[in-house]
Formats: sequence, C-alpha cells, structure tokens
Amino acid sequence: MGPSPKIKTEPLSLVFAALGGVVLLFIVAPLASMFLNCSLPELAETAKETDVRNSIWLTLWTSMAATVIFAIAAIPFAYLLARKDFPLKGLVTAIIDIPIVIPHSAAGIALLGVLSRSSLLGRAAGKIGLSLVGSSAGIMAAMAFVSIPYLINSARDGFLAVPDRLEKAALNLGASPLRVFLTVSVPLAARSIVSGLILMWARGMSEFGAVLIIAYHPMITPVLIYERFGAFGLKYARPVAVIFIAVCLVFFVFLRLLAKEKQSA
Amino acid sequence: MLSVKNISKSLGDLAIKDVSFEVQQGQYFVLLGASGVGKSVLLDTIAGLIRPDAGRIFLDGKDITGEKIQMRKIGLVFQNSTLFPHMTVYDNIAYPLRCKKLKDSQIHKRVAELAENFAATGLLKRRPQTLSGGESQRVSLARTVASEPRCLLLDEPISSLDVKARPQMRALLRKINANGQAIVHVTHDYTEAVSLGTHIGVMEGGTIAQIGSVEEIFHHPKSEFVARFVGIRNFFKGQLEKLDEPQENTRRFKTSGLSFSALTDSPSGSGYIMVRSEDVTIGNAASQTSARNNFEGTIVDIVPAGVGVEVIVDIGTEVAALITAESVKTLELHCGKRVWVSFKASAVKYVEG
Repeated sequence: MGPSPKIKTEPLSLVFAALGGVVLLFIVAPLASMFLNCSLPELAETAKETDVRNSIWLTLWTSMAATVIFAIAAIPFAYLLARKDFPLKGLVTAIIDIPIVIPHSAAGIALLGVLSRSSLLGRAAGKIGLSLVGSSAGIMAAMAFVSIPYLINSARDGFLAVPDRLEKAALNLGASPLRVFLTVSVPLAARSIVSGLILMWARGMSEFGAVLIIAYHPMITPVLIYERFGAFGLKYARPVAVIFIAVCLVFFVFLRLLAKEKQSA
Repeated sequence: MLSVKNISKSLGDLAIKDVSFEVQQGQYFVLLGASGVGKSVLLDTIAGLIRPDAGRIFLDGKDITGEKIQMRKIGLVFQNSTLFPHMTVYDNIAYPLRCKKLKDSQIHKRVAELAENFAATGLLKRRPQTLSGGESQRVSLARTVASEPRCLLLDEPISSLDVKARPQMRALLRKINANGQAIVHVTHDYTEAVSLGTHIGVMEGGTIAQIGSVEEIFHHPKSEFVARFVGIRNFFKGQLEKLDEPQENTRRFKTSGLSFSALTDSPSGSGYIMVRSEDVTIGNAASQTSARNNFEGTIVDIVPAGVGVEVIVDIGTEVAALITAESVKTLELHCGKRVWVSFKASAVKYVEG
C-alpha cells in the first residue's frame, strides 16, 4: 500500500481564500502604486522641505501627547466601567462609542463650539493666554476626541479579564485600592492597555477631518497632504503621503515590538 | 477574639443562615461541612469580600461588619491560588510588607524568614505559574502570614494538594497555630478536623449543627446528621512506633494503656488513628480471624442509630461498633455484658498530628 491519500481540500475554503485575496489586493494595491510612483530623488527633495518636516514632527508629538494626557483619565475610567455597576452604565458605554460613528468633520464642528474663543472654555483659556483654536492644544483635542474610544474600550476589556479575586486578595493583604489598581490591575491588563494606547495614538495621528476644522494651522501632515493636493495636484501630494506613511509604520512596528517584548519579559 | 453573630447570606443557590461562632486567640477552629453548604461564602463574608444580609462580625470586640477589606486584619487564603502571576514568589511574599511601607532591608529580612519557615527559600525567584500545588499553597500562606492578620482564614487548604504534600502542609498549619495564631479552617474532610482542630463546627444546610471540642463532636454528636457526617466515632491520639521488621507494614500504635495494630507506611511519631464504627465487629468470644485488633471489654451502651444499632464497648477506652439489630438479638447483647471487639489493621486509618 502506498501513502494514504491527502484529505481533499474543501472547495469552500478555496472560495474564501480567493475572496480574501481580493480584499488584500484592495488594500495593498493603492499603497503599492503610490510608493512605486514616487522616485527616490523626489522623496529626498520632499523630505528636505521644512514645511513637511515640521508637519510630520507636529503630527507625531501632538498625537502622542494627546494619547498620554487623555490616558491619565481614560484608564481609570475604563477600570470603573469594567468593575462597577452604576445607573445608566449602558448609556455611558454608548456615549463612549459616539466619536467612532459620527463623521469626523461633524466632530470637528461640535468641538469648535466648545473650544472657540467665544465659548466658555475658549474664554477661560484666552485669559491665561492660551488659544484652543488654531493651536497645538486644539489639534490634540481634536485628535483625542476621535481616538479616545479605542483606548477606553481596549483598556476596559483588559481590566475585565483580570480576575477580581486577585484584586480582593491584594486588598485582603492590606493594600489600598489605589495600590491594588497600580500594582495588580494595571500590570495584569497592561497588554490591552498598551494595545489601546497604540491604537489611540495611531488613530489620532491619522485624523484629518476634525483637526482641519479646529486647526488648519499649524499644519499637521494629513492637512498638508490635502492642501498640496488641492493647490498643486497629485504629484506634489504623493511624496508627502509616502514619507508620512513610512514614518508612521516605523513607529507603529517599533511600538508593537516593544509591547511584545514587555509581555514576554 | 473573632466573634461571628447570626450571619445570614443568600447567594444564588448558596445560603447560610444564622451562623454564629467564636474563635479565641490560639484556637484552631475547623468548620466541617459538605461542599456547597456555603463554607466559602462564610469565609468571604468574614473577610469582607461579601456583605452579609444580616448579622454582625466582631474582632477584638470591635464591630467590623462594615469595615473595608484592607482594614480588617483578617487574612484569607483562598482555595484556588491568588498569587499574583506577574510577580515572583519573593515579590508576592513582600507584597503585604510593602503595603506597610517597611524599609527594603526589613522586607528582605522578613521575606527570608518567612521563606525559611514555609520551605519556600528555593522558590523565591520563581513565578507562581511554575509552582506545584503544594508549593503554591505554602507561598500563599507565607504571603498571608506576612500581613500579620489577627485571624487567619483558610479555605480548603489541604484537600486540593496531592496526598504526598498533605502531611507537610498539616505540619505547617500546626506550627502557625502553635505560635498563637487563631485559625478558621473550612474543609469537608473530617481527618483534617481531627488532626488539626482544637474546636470544630459542623455545618448542615447552611447553618451550624454543632460546635464543640474534637472529642465532643466525634464522641457525642448531637444529631444523626453530625454523627453520619463526621463518620468516625473511634479515634485515638497516640504514638505510631517504628517498624519492628522492615518487610512488615503492620505497625504498633500506642495510646493510653492500649496498643493497636495499624497498616500504614507513614513515618513513626505522634498522630491519630481512626476506625469507622462499621468496621468494628463484636463477638461473645475471642475468635481466630484475620483481624489484628482484638480486645475484651464491657458493653456500656446500646443505641439505635437510624440504620443499625451502635454498641459502645469499654475496652479501657470507649469503642463504638455499628451492627445490625439482628446481631444484637442473636448475640444477646446487653449493657454490662463482657464481649470481644475486633477490627482489622487495614481498617485503621492513621493521620500524623
């Protein structure tokens, strides 16, 4: 007797694989064509431009700062959502998801209402010499508004997966609730929290609509790409987009690797 | 010291009703009950993890019913490991010490001491996930003892361990108790109650059926339930002797003036032997059988026991035999009659203690 015959492949799997291939191509093809349509000298030339460099730097630091600043409130909030029951919790959970579902230009308009110089918050900020509209503070607010649900949801799922017996054991050993949160809950949910931070940061960095309305200037890269496209056309917008995507990918991969290393340590 | 008064709590299918007991400094209180009678719920309530529906808990005279978990000074060792998986064994044991804001040098010294006492010195750098059941249980105990609780609550600390790890754990618990630590230990295993407890409470249907010393509970069970549940009427504290002949497993167990044969491979030392009353037979004369334990004595009591009849014979100490009513008739047993009791060495269960 020869070797036993292979089990026949289900035709359905082949159909699914083919469909998957179409989706993958749909994502990869435009990106690949964009990269391939840029020559190296063109890219080098664009990378030297101060406007481009400034905008990329601005986008990176504002998105990171927005993530870190809002995380201080978002992570404890996520813990509360995971651990406590309170009236209207369903409503609160739904509210958190609103920024994901509304058009981002609309989000920008809504934010402008509370941040503009005529608003209460805008006037208060104005008194200490801070302008929320057309400033990096406004950019951060716009970025955070559209990206914070990702952090809250991811961190909440992380906290939910921490057995509450461990927290009770820590309390039983004499730890204060704050100590339990910092030494037991957060470290055990770290994986989800970090993943949420990365998601929030990436989403904030790629935000265009809301930022455009709150702060056209100083110009973040997504706005710069839009402006170059409008004023000079595809050929001038493309190298900026390529450089920005490359920088984002480098950071994204680096952070992912860092997070992975931390887990296995 | 710890005083539990009329605690009631319903939690899904589990319900405890009107539970009251007291534990004094240095006492080892064993709560004995079948699984599902709410023993763990009771411990969780005392530790403050669950709020009781009714009743009060006092520690050193202070009402702690509404006290925060972290302020209670009650140490709970959970049934399943609650060691922190992201910390080493060292950091786990150091955790309550850090909560007390001790200096690093003091923490280091104390962890080393505890690790030594709990046979965990070699484990300090390990992660909890890599520990065996017994190791994990010892580290959990060390960690809770490090928090210096006024009262230590143990939820089935031995039952989940493999048979080989049990004697060491029992010895450890005895040592902790000998240092004056008050302990409440819940279990479904009467051998733990006999070998560890100074006092026992038997739980039946969510309430305490009887509380008393080990002797009171086992020798004078108040109800049919307690008698059945504790299962063992005959137990004796004494010394297990060394092997006379290495190839033999039958060992002598000496207790106040009597010497029993027991089949065991446990090391010699002090401990308890237990014999189920079902395993004891009664005869009017000594007969040649395989039973290694034969004693002559006087019947002091004959009590109907639900199923069968319990005959108590004084052989220098009281031994209970559960036999049928027919046998009582055929053998013409009555109080004051001289009879022979016998049981096999293999019916003798030995527990170190």
